[in-house]
Amino acid sequence: MKSAVLVFPGINRERDMARALRLVSGREPAMVWHAETSLPEGTDLVVAPGGFSYGDYLRCGAIAARSPVMDAVRAFASDGGLVLGVCNGFQILCESGLLPGILMRNARLRFICHDVHLRVERSDTPFTRGYNAGQVIRVPVAHGEGNYAADEDTVRRLEGDGRVLYRYCSASGEIDDTHNINGAAQSIAGIINERGNVLGMMPHPENHVEDTMGCTDGRGLFAGLVAHLERAA
Amino acid sequence: MSRNEPPITPELVASHGLKPDEYERILKLLGRTPTFTELGIFSAMWNEHCSYKSSRIHLRGLPTKAPWVIQGPGENAGVIDIGDGQAVVFKMESHNHPSYIEPYQGATTGVGGILRDVFTMGARPIACLNALSFGDPSHPKTRHLVSGVVAGVGGYGNSFGVPTVGGQVRFHTRYDGNILVNAMAVGLADADKIFYAAASGVNMPIVYLGSKTGRDGIHGATMASAEFDDDSEEKRPTVQVGDPFAEKLLLEACLEIMAKGCVVAIQDMGAAGLTCSAVEMGAKGDLGVDLDLDSVPTRETGMSAYEMMLSESQERMLMVLKPEKEKEAEAIFRKWGLDFAIVGSTTPSRRFVVRHGGDVMADLPIKELESEAPLYDRPHVPSPQLPVIQAREVAPSLTTADALEKLLAMPELCSKRWVWEQYDHVIGGNTVQRPGGDAAVVRVEDGPKGLALTVDVTPRYCEADPFEGGKQAVAEAWRNITAVGGRPLAITDNLNFGNPERPENMGQFVGCLKGIAAACTALDFPVVSGNVSLYNETNGRGILPTPSIGGVGLLDDFTKSASLAFKAEGHPILLIGDTQGWLGQSVYLRDICRREEGAPPPVDLAAERRNGDVVRGMIHAGTATAVHDVSDGGLLVALAEMAMADGIGAVLDAAPAAIVPYAWWFGEDQARYIVTVHERDLLSVFTKLKAVNVPCIQIGLTGGHEIAIAGERAVDLKVLRRGFESWLPDYMAGKP
Repeated sequence: MKSAVLVFPGINRERDMARALRLVSGREPAMVWHAETSLPEGTDLVVAPGGFSYGDYLRCGAIAARSPVMDAVRAFASDGGLVLGVCNGFQILCESGLLPGILMRNARLRFICHDVHLRVERSDTPFTRGYNAGQVIRVPVAHGEGNYAADEDTVRRLEGDGRVLYRYCSASGEIDDTHNINGAAQSIAGIINERGNVLGMMPHPENHVEDTMGCTDGRGLFAGLVAHLERAA
Repeated sequence: MSRNEPPITPELVASHGLKPDEYERILKLLGRTPTFTELGIFSAMWNEHCSYKSSRIHLRGLPTKAPWVIQGPGENAGVIDIGDGQAVVFKMESHNHPSYIEPYQGATTGVGGILRDVFTMGARPIACLNALSFGDPSHPKTRHLVSGVVAGVGGYGNSFGVPTVGGQVRFHTRYDGNILVNAMAVGLADADKIFYAAASGVNMPIVYLGSKTGRDGIHGATMASAEFDDDSEEKRPTVQVGDPFAEKLLLEACLEIMAKGCVVAIQDMGAAGLTCSAVEMGAKGDLGVDLDLDSVPTRETGMSAYEMMLSESQERMLMVLKPEKEKEAEAIFRKWGLDFAIVGSTTPSRRFVVRHGGDVMADLPIKELESEAPLYDRPHVPSPQLPVIQAREVAPSLTTADALEKLLAMPELCSKRWVWEQYDHVIGGNTVQRPGGDAAVVRVEDGPKGLALTVDVTPRYCEADPFEGGKQAVAEAWRNITAVGGRPLAITDNLNFGNPERPENMGQFVGCLKGIAAACTALDFPVVSGNVSLYNETNGRGILPTPSIGGVGLLDDFTKSASLAFKAEGHPILLIGDTQGWLGQSVYLRDICRREEGAPPPVDLAAERRNGDVVRGMIHAGTATAVHDVSDGGLLVALAEMAMADGIGAVLDAAPAAIVPYAWWFGEDQARYIVTVHERDLLSVFTKLKAVNVPCIQIGLTGGHEIAIAGERAVDLKVLRRGFESWLPDYMAGKP
């Protein structure tokens, strides 16, 4: 798997993401500066990592979505290339029109950092094939604006098309208000686009990929992508 | 020599915080009246915050050397060797007064300042910690201050991208009018690529880097060197505004130009901004500095030389550049969208010359700005000795079980989760032990090494007996690092005290420092950096003496660290260290018996070392399954914390007959640890500890879902946890 990690000024989880990609795929990802106008030859996966692009002083991700490199990312996605956006990356993908909806301030108005449980809703996508449908995984969140919102039609379509891949839940998989940490519509933690090749999610699977660090529940996402690309090749 | 500057009058001198005899010193040094800009420069260099004029004489007594110390106090941060060509760079600093006036910005710029201190030396920050002291929860401002400070600490660190992995939060009425915000940053560097402030070479370009200069923070350091009064709110304009985005860019750009070999010397602009940084570079390098303020990037028009020299705008650096690398360095800064301007050069004259609009606004002897700063040996009186509280004379008002439930649901001992969950403590992917334990453990790059990090002090002990309190702060940091399996290496100290012009306050300062020095010496735990914050006083009432100690320790293998959670049922629980049942200054005596009284527990440094070395050995040998040091709240509180962590309870023997039960369970005797082991290792552990004369007894077994003491009501862990976890969120939500 040849991956490219986008580096916008103010992004700060690019090193975490690069390490996870290296550990799971065995290949060092390319780090791509926001001012570039093209992606490296042969890129299989583009990742927009977490952080505070441009300080997020405007709407989160709004400025990064207009960076030169995002034109290349949009072209890559429209050719069917795989794109993953995590945390600020999710916000950037929403702002750039690659995913519907927006991320608002957390319902309790505070930044939250702790482990959450996610229910994997289906396993037949490149982004979830490393898991079983209904499986519950534990990964950390670290965000102030992760409260997913979209108009009713959009949410209905997301649900109807099975495009919600990850949802906040209890340790045993129940979806309820107590475990909906940021107030997201339908407890949404991660969604894909209509074509199914662009995923945005708030939690950080890249921080849970190593045994020695206590949890490897995030590995499945990256391992699934590797398996998907190997099969496609 | 200067245009449009006000004449120097005694009132103007006084408003710059300079005493008449200090002004006399200036006149003598210059042989003439200073210009307005020069007066500003003197006030910036000679205030307490920058000159350490009241504390310097006593700081000399601190041990600062060890074979692993690469750089001790006096630079931007301390540096220690952790082997394999790697070094750890760290320091702690206060931002107390600004945080009281404007909690969010005060806290952000405190974090920003300390991060800059660390990456100025060539290190990438890998962790932050903090120690926060607030007023009584019932004080009308406390909730607002907690909310703002916590949001500010998080707002900066989260955006900058450093995990905030540990700290302390306390409440006490003595901080009502003067909270403490102490921030610590820890960075990782190559041991042979540390950067310093001392300039070298004549006619070398001096470059200004980072954000533009504005009118914010003028006289911030001077404000930090005076007491507060009811008009403190009016000082809001002296508080700077932080921009973590700019700092993140500055970090990346600085590390890039350092890697490319462009840098001769580098100094961040912190307190007293351009003045302090330029003087430091010149004075340390034995060179003069010539600055041309017309080249300084400014945010607003019409700024005077005086304003530019005293601005504390954030996210700025001053650097001496290798002339042949100018183009390369500039390109890197432009790429990151940051200002890069040559604003002066080094000179052979040893003068500090400031030019603006064609005029010389200041022309001062550079070394004397530092070396001739006033030095005071202020009068100090020792604190009165307080009586030792006899445990049998204390009348307990609650049963042991009730007291435990109550203590865990009170401000001092309750969970601080509400605070640290607002800090990103996992970014970097290296946080092995998260907040809530004895010390945080952070992996060094891809391992196998790890760092154990902690911040500690017990201000009520320092108030009651400064010497023992100073010892205890260091000993507890050492113990916390030990309890996770770390080898304690060095500390940074952040010394927060009241007005030094009061002999009682100065006595507390002197006493605490002596205690710190004694403990550092006995534990081979030198001071490598630090900060002094005096005048923490409002309307004549000082804070509790609060020398925060930030400790750094090393684990050779981070996977072998110990944590406090009970791991399984049926593990024997051992108490290591001697217990007398010391109730003086204990949380129990204060919060249950309503008596904030007595002498604090004495610290036997030899016992600390002996007991700690044994515990660390057990962790490294793999015999300890859970470890926790016994501190605030005593034995039973420590046991409850170990039980609540993973929901495994404990069945405990009754207190020994020789000690009254409440003193046994809640006394705060020092040098103690709770360790659990496998049943099969019990005998060999006893034999080993006996051989080295370390007191050790079995006090119970892990298991069940309660804290069950023989002869007492068993307390359900769910009930305990509910109280423990809910006090702070309820308080912040305004629930009664």
